[in-house]
Amino acid sequence: MGANDFAKLPHIGVSLKRKEDARFLTGAGNYTDDIQQANQKYAAFVRSPHAHARICAVDTAAASAMPGVLRVFTGADIEGKMGGLPCGWLISNPDGSPMKEPMHPILAIGKVRYVGDHVALVVADTLEQAKNAAEAVVVDYEELAPVIDMKKAKDGPALHDEAPDNHCYKWTLGDKAAVDAAFAGAAHVSRIDLVNNRLIPNAIEPRAVNASYNRASDEYTLYVANQNPHVERLLMTAFVLGLPEHKVRVIAPDVGGGFGSKIFLYAEDVALTWAAKELNCAIKWTAERSESFLSDCHGRDHITHAEMAMDQEGRFLAMRVHTDANLGAYLSTFASAVPTILYGTLLAGQYTTPQIYVEVDGWFTSTAPVDAYRGAGRPEATYVVERLVTRCAWDLGLSQDEIRRRNFITQFPYQTPVALQYDIGDYHACMDKAQQLADVAGFEARRKESEARGLKRGIGYSSYIEACGLAPSNIAGALGARAGLFEAGEVRVHPTGSVTVFTGSHSHGQGHETTFAQLVAARLGLDPSQVDIVHGDTGRVPFGMGTYGSRSLSVGGTAIMKALDKIEAKAKKIAAHLMEASDADIEFANGEFTVKGTDKKIPFAQVALTAYVPHNYPLDKLEPGLNETAFYDPTNFTYPAGTYICEVEVDPATGVVRVDRFTAVDDFGVIVNPMIVEGQVHGGLVQGIGQALLEHGVYDPDSGQLLTGSYMDYTMPRAADFPQFTLGHVCTPCTHNPIGAKGCGEAGAIGSPPAVMNAVLDALKDLGVKDLDMPATPHRVWQAIRQAAQPAAA
Amino acid sequence: MDMQGSRTLAITQQQAWQALNDPEVLKACIPGCESIEATQEGSYALVNAIKVGPVAARFKGSIVLADIQAPESYTLNFEGNGGAAGFGRGTARVALAPLEAGGCELNYIVNATVGGKIAQVGQRLIDGVAKSMAESFFKRFEEEMQRRHAPPEEVAADAQEASEPGALKKMWSRLKGGAGEAAAPTPEG
Repeated sequence: MGANDFAKLPHIGVSLKRKEDARFLTGAGNYTDDIQQANQKYAAFVRSPHAHARICAVDTAAASAMPGVLRVFTGADIEGKMGGLPCGWLISNPDGSPMKEPMHPILAIGKVRYVGDHVALVVADTLEQAKNAAEAVVVDYEELAPVIDMKKAKDGPALHDEAPDNHCYKWTLGDKAAVDAAFAGAAHVSRIDLVNNRLIPNAIEPRAVNASYNRASDEYTLYVANQNPHVERLLMTAFVLGLPEHKVRVIAPDVGGGFGSKIFLYAEDVALTWAAKELNCAIKWTAERSESFLSDCHGRDHITHAEMAMDQEGRFLAMRVHTDANLGAYLSTFASAVPTILYGTLLAGQYTTPQIYVEVDGWFTSTAPVDAYRGAGRPEATYVVERLVTRCAWDLGLSQDEIRRRNFITQFPYQTPVALQYDIGDYHACMDKAQQLADVAGFEARRKESEARGLKRGIGYSSYIEACGLAPSNIAGALGARAGLFEAGEVRVHPTGSVTVFTGSHSHGQGHETTFAQLVAARLGLDPSQVDIVHGDTGRVPFGMGTYGSRSLSVGGTAIMKALDKIEAKAKKIAAHLMEASDADIEFANGEFTVKGTDKKIPFAQVALTAYVPHNYPLDKLEPGLNETAFYDPTNFTYPAGTYICEVEVDPATGVVRVDRFTAVDDFGVIVNPMIVEGQVHGGLVQGIGQALLEHGVYDPDSGQLLTGSYMDYTMPRAADFPQFTLGHVCTPCTHNPIGAKGCGEAGAIGSPPAVMNAVLDALKDLGVKDLDMPATPHRVWQAIRQAAQPAAA
Repeated sequence: MDMQGSRTLAITQQQAWQALNDPEVLKACIPGCESIEATQEGSYALVNAIKVGPVAARFKGSIVLADIQAPESYTLNFEGNGGAAGFGRGTARVALAPLEAGGCELNYIVNATVGGKIAQVGQRLIDGVAKSMAESFFKRFEEEMQRRHAPPEEVAADAQEASEPGALKKMWSRLKGGAGEAAAPTPEG
């Protein structure tokens, strides 16, 4: 079945209310912290108050003697007994040497390397006892100078002996000589310096773990707030604990938001699983919000210089980019891939730039590990491209839309100079629709009206592209991936014709239980209420790579489609037998099997029953049952793209920026549930606009203390910070999956930051402000206005 | 956190110097100070209760005096550990200079850092807490000195005129009818 046929099926393109919301909205969700196990104890972690220090001694005597305390574990207890947390992607330097991969111990051994680093684990009968005992653990630290500013990292004290200059890797992509030659002959060159601000993820549910061990069966059960339980299990058993995989069951039950931060294998997960066997009990830990700020992997944190060479007409000839990427104190699970493979490959954007060269330096610093966060590399790339393109327009005296239109890719498939091949898209159509929905024609009148009120109005464009459903496994493997990138799905048709689907994709807010049910119901001619989705349990789901990179529908959904193909093929054989016809003459539509050219028909449920009650069944040719599993490894990424237009008003007296209008036109290919997609876009936009205007993770440059360690200092966006968003869609179905879906989960966070910043800079243009870094807080905007005014005053 | 300030004291430089080296005076004047003991010449151990926003803890710490130039100046190195609440440390450079009209002027420059939970949740509050602790310290110090040394009226009056912030503070406390009023006479008084 092709994407065009699929899109016409019933239940497809319908805003069915989310099946899972009934339990979420009535308080019946079952999160890790809700799980109670037999003989359950509680854990508290002792965390480093220093950014960089030698551990001279850890005195656990007083803590161990406190009431209810079972044991206090330190680095000495685990040293030599388990590996460190692995990094899932090997990046190599231009000379072929591998990146530096220092040990990331489960409990600090010898040194701590960021504020919040895990030093000791206390297990006690109650949470209060565990916390009290954790306070009684005395750690003798010898403080060392921290490394906070990555621009100075190479001269700083070494965090790891393996990386004396704190340099993890240098990574390059593209033809440097060709790029340099193009720059030498260019009519115009535009340049920009950018900081992509550090972000701290804030899912509603903090990280949580509940691990237990069964001595009788020698089996572990780990409940964990995680986005990909099979990957969690694989990494933990194979790389850290050396356990047989079949002895460990990982369950990620209801999970309250991930945004990437719950992809990774964290030390707490391993420590509790290991300690559960040591103490023969179950152990629970739920992060406090303060711990989340300190120890969840942070996002972004790039410093970039980018240049574009152009001809007389503003056509892009070549692009040159250098980026310093902060990796934090240790390499988290996908930390190395985010500023390289997931970033450099997106620098073509929607444009025909024939030559691109990018160079990335990854640095260790005394800060929390930095890893994937909603968009993971693509927001960083989009921010560079879209800020630079707008700068090019202003340097050449062109409008923001004109320079984009002059350079849009229009022929597909399109091979970029940075490895990717875009299969399909219509960038002019997205731009047309966005301009129409945003009423760009009325902007000038609105600008004058704002001016009359003493406010500066600006308009900002961003024409983003991103790559979803990381693929295929063989190419990713050649590029250093240490995991596969397929997805698995099992469709179990029950005797009465209802269906349970087991998917390797994990839902932590995305609504899979509804979208996947619609997909299966559409294919089998059922009502979505007859289809249940099971996910997040290695004990029930055959395998899975989990949810990240907006891959669930395009990759996970396609695995289900492949399983449905097998179900349909087998069911047709059963139907042929029942109707005494040839297999080739059976057709299936709207839940009925028919014999071509006759009025013979039987419903799907009858075939299902026959499969399990095979009294009249071709047992000599066919096994009973109707249960199929499929694995799908995509042949290419999918490429959602769109144009976002933002309008802001800036008060030049106070520097306050107000987003007045925001229009997002996306091409996500075929959409199964428009309401869910709209929700995903809204959430993404809020996170992206939050990055542009409000959020910033800041460490003290001298002491390495996290200055934004609570909601006192880290500004989360609120509803009042936003206008009602205007959304629109263009649909060019993805060419290489049967759904035609591209992915919608991250686009909002990818496309919006440059749209906002371009709008702010447009508003401040005639005040002389040329540069501004995110977040555009009132203080920063006010300072930029004052600084721009200074030369004139002097 | 950096803080600096200047106070005009209605006592002689020598009196101020002695007071600043007297653990009993310090204990009475440092807000939240539960104990302070001399451990050796120029070194003290202290226990201090400190509250910064949602974090309240007893900090155990030490003070070590350095660069002592009696009776003019010293550098006070302090550090304290509040267990799970975090830690703080820093230096205070304190200098005393006699004033021509009598009394003396105290100048201080404080550089302090905090770490752990107190830094994480109280960052925005720390400057305010530090300033209010300094205010409180000097208010108590002035009261204590007044009690001990009861300076001649005119010296104090001149000293007040010499210090604009001090004069403003007196006006403010007079408006409020606060306890500060009784501690020293006003310029007009």
